[in-house]
Amino acid sequence: MSLEISRAYVDAILQQSRDEYPDECCGVILGPAGSGKAVRHKPMVNAAHSPTFYEFDPKDLLALYREVDDNDEEIVVIYHSHTETEAFPSRTDISYAGEPGAHYVLCSTRKEIAPATEFRSFRIIDGVVTEEPVTILD
Amino acid sequence: MSIEVRIPTILRPYTKDQKSVEANGATLSAVIADLDANYAGLGERLLENGALRRFINVYINDEDVRFLGGLDAQIKDGDSITILPAVAGG
Repeated sequence: MSLEISRAYVDAILQQSRDEYPDECCGVILGPAGSGKAVRHKPMVNAAHSPTFYEFDPKDLLALYREVDDNDEEIVVIYHSHTETEAFPSRTDISYAGEPGAHYVLCSTRKEIAPATEFRSFRIIDGVVTEEPVTILD
Repeated sequence: MSIEVRIPTILRPYTKDQKSVEANGATLSAVIADLDANYAGLGERLLENGALRRFINVYINDEDVRFLGGLDAQIKDGDSITILPAVAGG
C-alpha cells in the first residue's frame, strides 16, 4: 500500500500547517468511492484550536459525511499537523482512528527539522500503525 | 415504530456490512439496547460505563445528541440516527 498525492496538495497542507501554527491543522482529501484516489482537498477547522489536539466540529463532521455520501465519494486521506513533535501517530491519534480505509497523513512544524517539510502517511487499523510510502505526483 | 440507524464503516463488521439498519426505541438508550440485542457487541462499541463514548458522535436527524439530552434523547417514528466516529487526535 502507498499514498499517491499531487504536489499541490502536499504544498497546500504544509502551508496550512504553518498558517495555523501554533495550533494543529486538519482536513481531508476525498475521492470517488472505491477509487482510493486523493483528488479533492477539503481543509477542515480544528474545533479544538489547540497545539496538542485536533477535532472536526461534530456539525462539520456530519456535513462532511453527508457531502461524501451525496457525491458518491470516500474519505481517502485524513491529515493533521503536529506542532512540536515528529510526524508520527500519537497514542491519542491511534485511539481515535476510526476510518480503517483512510490514509492517515501527518506533517510537522517542529523546528529542529527544516520547518514544515515532514509529510508521512500511515494506516491505523485496530490500533496497529503501519507507515506506507508517499509518492508525490508533479 | 422503526428508526433508521446509519452505521459507520468501522462498526459494519457488527451489522454484517450493512450501512444502515432498523431499530426500535423511544429514547437513544433504548435504541442502543435494541441494536445490541440484534447486533451483539455493538452496544459496547458505543457505550462506556453507561455513557456515550467520547470518540463516537451520534446524531438524531441533523442534531448532535449531546444537545438533545444524550442517551435520554427522545426518538420519534421516522427519525434517522447517524453514528460517526469522531475525527480527532493529538
